[in-house]
Amino acid sequence: MSRLLIKHARVVDPSQRLDEGLDILIADGKVARLGARLEDRDATLLDGTGLVATPGFIDVHAHLREPGFEHKETIATGSAAAVAGGFTAVCCMANTQPVNDSAAVTELIRSRATAANLARVHPIGAVSKGLAGEELAELGEMVRSGAVAFSDDGRPVRNAYLMRRALEYAQLFDVPIADHCEDRDLMAKGVMHEGAVSTRLGLEGIPSAAEDVMVARDVVLAELTGGRVHIAHLSTRGAMLAVQAAKAKGLQVTCEVTPHHLALTDEAVADREFDTATKVNPPLRSADHRDALIRGVMDGVVDCLATDHAPHHADEKAMEFDFAPFGMVGLETAIPVTYNLLVVKHKLPLRLFVQLWSCGPARLFKLPGGTLKPGSVADITLLDLDKTAVVNPERFKSMSRNTPFGGLRLKGWPAATIVGGRLVWQRERR
Amino acid sequence: MSVTPAKRLRGKDLVGIDPLHPGEIQLILDTADQMRSIAERPIKKVPALRGKTVVNLFFEASTRTRFSFEVAEKRLSADSLNFAASTSAVTKGETLIDTALNLEAMQPDFIVIRHQCPGAPHQLARILKSAVINAGDGAHEHPTQALLDALTIRSKRGTLEGLVVAIVGDLQHSRVVRSNVMLLSRMGAKVRVAAPPSLIPVGMETLGCEVHRRIEDAISGADVVMMLRIQLERQGRMNFPTPREFYDFYALTPERLKLAKKDALVMHPGPMNRGVEIDSRVADGPQSVILEQVTNGVAVRMAVLYLLAGGQGEPTAD
Repeated sequence: MSRLLIKHARVVDPSQRLDEGLDILIADGKVARLGARLEDRDATLLDGTGLVATPGFIDVHAHLREPGFEHKETIATGSAAAVAGGFTAVCCMANTQPVNDSAAVTELIRSRATAANLARVHPIGAVSKGLAGEELAELGEMVRSGAVAFSDDGRPVRNAYLMRRALEYAQLFDVPIADHCEDRDLMAKGVMHEGAVSTRLGLEGIPSAAEDVMVARDVVLAELTGGRVHIAHLSTRGAMLAVQAAKAKGLQVTCEVTPHHLALTDEAVADREFDTATKVNPPLRSADHRDALIRGVMDGVVDCLATDHAPHHADEKAMEFDFAPFGMVGLETAIPVTYNLLVVKHKLPLRLFVQLWSCGPARLFKLPGGTLKPGSVADITLLDLDKTAVVNPERFKSMSRNTPFGGLRLKGWPAATIVGGRLVWQRERR
Repeated sequence: MSVTPAKRLRGKDLVGIDPLHPGEIQLILDTADQMRSIAERPIKKVPALRGKTVVNLFFEASTRTRFSFEVAEKRLSADSLNFAASTSAVTKGETLIDTALNLEAMQPDFIVIRHQCPGAPHQLARILKSAVINAGDGAHEHPTQALLDALTIRSKRGTLEGLVVAIVGDLQHSRVVRSNVMLLSRMGAKVRVAAPPSLIPVGMETLGCEVHRRIEDAISGADVVMMLRIQLERQGRMNFPTPREFYDFYALTPERLKLAKKDALVMHPGPMNRGVEIDSRVADGPQSVILEQVTNGVAVRMAVLYLLAGGQGEPTAD
């Protein structure tokens, strides 16, 4: 079988408390050995000089849009975007058409991902049939077909009774329920964060309380059921405090934060004069909330980062702000955006950065990877932390370009992505 | 702090008060003063915009504003085209941007747009070569309304500086209040606003005004009292109980008006809900300048068109 030898890389693997210059020998899709000056005559060499090798980065929250919305993204293009963004695995949300609420759709996603043969794609099944929020979908069947978690993402699980039963039933499979926490009555017709900026722009606001009340409910239900609640794209100070308190109580409550909620505020909507690329749900919040998210990351309350990659066709975004769909792409900007913000600006230790993008998500969703221990899958992200480049959406592998980060000069980019011991992407040298 | 008028407007468009400097506001008001005299001539027309084409693109019902723009355009000898798109045109298929691009293909010089979505004029201004004038975008801005209000106040009081202006009514859904607060505060007036707490948007004070809950607190000693229309069509939103109760607590009645300065001006952008936010005795009373606001609207819109077309000084007759 094929062998790959990465030479002279700085290996940063929090799962082994490792941060040193080492070679990595990969055989049969697994990490075979880590060591100084490894030699293997049969192996293909990959020069890791000047690069950091980490356990593969995992995005637990992406919308790959297939089946049903192939004009926005497909599993093939989404996987290509993932590996070009340094991700070896992505979890894809269930709000497709048809909804991923059955083993049949879960299997279709898996087979398309196998055909694409790039990133690992782990389907997230719907909590409720058709995302209707009424009846529990066949969670067990989907787990058997490869679903790793459940979520009605795109919308909250409104019905507290259903959420309770889902949290109870999912314990049979030890999988988390990822909730998009948002009280739809409080959200009303809101299109951006409610605050001084929405008032100035005359846009309907979504109050932070819309998220806070549902996170509070989910924490209560986690306590009632003993189930695993994962708060998707947490965006408010109140939600962060609620998660922190839940963890202090020992409840199984975890959360993720997105790069855009960390890097941007609601001022972006004003600065970019109603650019629909800034319209996302949950909305870009005001600076006080954003600062609380950064503190949550620095203090270890946040379990992982996730992109909420939400591709939309250019025609769909070329609308009035009120009418454009929510969402932005993130797979191909997530790493440089968060590296610049968290590591460069806020001095987050690199091992914690790797923890948030790799070991954390692997542990939460019980996925392969998240470690470079010999015997584990050879999913590796190579980073060039000195590389500076400008975000150019025209070069995205994703089919969609709806990003507010275009034109931004960032330092620290993925250099190569290895999935199952196979080099699936490498940055073009220029 | 007297403001020196700018020599010209910096932008190609007028999308709001927010991007304007005080000097630009001063320039528009001074120019509008000159335009007012045209309406007093026997022949109310100058050739300033002869050969220019203006598209009035109205996605939302409007009588006053559309007519006012049309009169302004005609008095400046521009050719006006009226495009009354119903909101359903969007759902039928053609997007706002396609509609605008198609109209621009006919090479107009100005596009005056009224739209229910905040930011629609800004989105068009970015892609169109024509000068875009915002005639009201959702609850965001209505710059020519604020300018005509300022012109009305200035013509009665000589200045805006130091005046206390109270604006009362549905702050949440009003574009008029946003443009007015920004304009008046930038020009040195002291602005107070009042509404039921459920109609006060978050962070209202950051626009440059004092926020009150009771009309009495806002209008006491005020030089100007401006009432806003209660948007009865939004009654389903549960922001306040009934128009009847609104009248009880917030309407400008003759009794309440006594709290303001003796000769305080009474204003309303129209259309009025008589007996809801304003009592007819006040609306039709001696302190009301509501119809003068309408007259001044034409002058302000003439000034904006004239300045955006690159005009300077007073337009001359043939």
